[in-house]
Amino acid sequence: MYNAGKIITGLVIFVVIFTLPLWWQVGKAAPPAPKPELPKTAKVCVEDTAYMRTSHMQLLNDWRNAVVRDQDRVYVGKDGKKYSMSLTNDCMACHNDKKKFCDQCHNYLAVAPYCWDCHLTPEQVKESK
Amino acid sequence: MHVIFSLLAVIVLIAIAYAGVAGAGMTYLFGVVIPYAAVITFFLGLILKVLKWGRSAVPFNIPTTCGQQKSLPWIKPNSVDNPTSTGGVLARMFFEVLTMRSLFRNTKLDYRVAHGQPVIRQGSEKFLWLFAILFHYSFLVVLLWHLRFFMEPVPKLVGVIEALDGFFEFGLPQLLLSGVILVAMAGALLDRRLRMPNIRYISLTSDYFPLFLIMGIGITGILMRYLLRVDITAIKELTMSLAVMKPVIPQAPIDPLFYAHIFLVSVLFAYFPFSKLMHMPGVFMSPTRNLTTNSREVRHVNPWNYPVKTHTYDEYEEDFRDLMIEAGLPVEHNPAEEAAAAEGGGEAAEAEPEAPEEKKE
Repeated sequence: MYNAGKIITGLVIFVVIFTLPLWWQVGKAAPPAPKPELPKTAKVCVEDTAYMRTSHMQLLNDWRNAVVRDQDRVYVGKDGKKYSMSLTNDCMACHNDKKKFCDQCHNYLAVAPYCWDCHLTPEQVKESK
Repeated sequence: MHVIFSLLAVIVLIAIAYAGVAGAGMTYLFGVVIPYAAVITFFLGLILKVLKWGRSAVPFNIPTTCGQQKSLPWIKPNSVDNPTSTGGVLARMFFEVLTMRSLFRNTKLDYRVAHGQPVIRQGSEKFLWLFAILFHYSFLVVLLWHLRFFMEPVPKLVGVIEALDGFFEFGLPQLLLSGVILVAMAGALLDRRLRMPNIRYISLTSDYFPLFLIMGIGITGILMRYLLRVDITAIKELTMSLAVMKPVIPQAPIDPLFYAHIFLVSVLFAYFPFSKLMHMPGVFMSPTRNLTTNSREVRHVNPWNYPVKTHTYDEYEEDFRDLMIEAGLPVEHNPAEEAAAAEGGGEAAEAEPEAPEEKKE
């Protein structure tokens, strides 16, 4: 082989960079899957679980647009029940602990939603009063 | 033909993953076995191929140059485009790998008819460079923020990249520009292949297939993120279990679209070492880029040169000297004459070698 030193060095660098996720956490167990704590008071959300797991952020985005742009504050769920479109007052009335619910999955997936740039959690509301 | 075959191949691959997961429920095969096999193929195939390349010699000093070579002290050399030192070569490789400099300087033959006269010119082809560099860098960014599925805790830098990528905060989840640019640029490169007759003429299945494959990966990814929506918490459970080598299929159901995406990625990984995509390691090993342009200073010996068995005139004379002297033939070294000259003084002996010199040639 010609220029073996350079070629093998290059290959080693390539393998080290491309296997980063493997050696970064070698020997570790897979981190526990997030377990968002479900509210004890209510059994049903505005939509079914599968939809909420995948698409809650789109729902909230639509709510935001409806409230802010069209002054429409009433959301009709699948079962025909009416809900007030409000993150702090409605969603967080049941899911009242951001750390135990929202942050569980968001931190796991390194998602930093900008909800909290404006909205307050129930605790912050209490503190401010 | 090449186009349709490649497109159909990608569609069939997606259908296989859909049928395998949604129809036959083979989540372990598509979620664990195939991705692992593909990644192993990728690393082994790439390393073996690079080592194979390493075994082939570079018979000539063949760097291509785009600047003045170092020659007389009063002529200014171009030390990056025509490097004579290792530092210069490193600079040239830096610009080649990170800015695709040789593609930037690429020209294309421009033929058109003006005023009834055919005109042939060398035109610039900057759009190819633009599409290519956007394509590659957006692909890099996409790869980097995919690390959030394979690392826990996710490194801060990944979050920063993702925040910059979603800078405009279009919609929720925020539109990541890199994914859109990646698919758009793959489309632009495909369009170029299809639209320019000379490029289309030389395009093969191996050119179209990777483009369609990457577009397929991009489109399935975009669908998962923005439109059809999948449960990414469950996906991260799967991908993290792959990363720590303890694969588990999570209990929460994952949409078959995800399996189609990961199957296309697996195909890309497995196909990589056998395809044109090997330009990734290849760019580092191209002799026209990574050799120093010192062909006038240093003799480049072909390492392939066969050790030729020679029999020089000196050896020939050694074999037949006595017979030659006996036959009266002139010889370069005549022991009897040299002995006589040594006795008679140095002058005669010094003059002597000049005459036989001609014979040698």
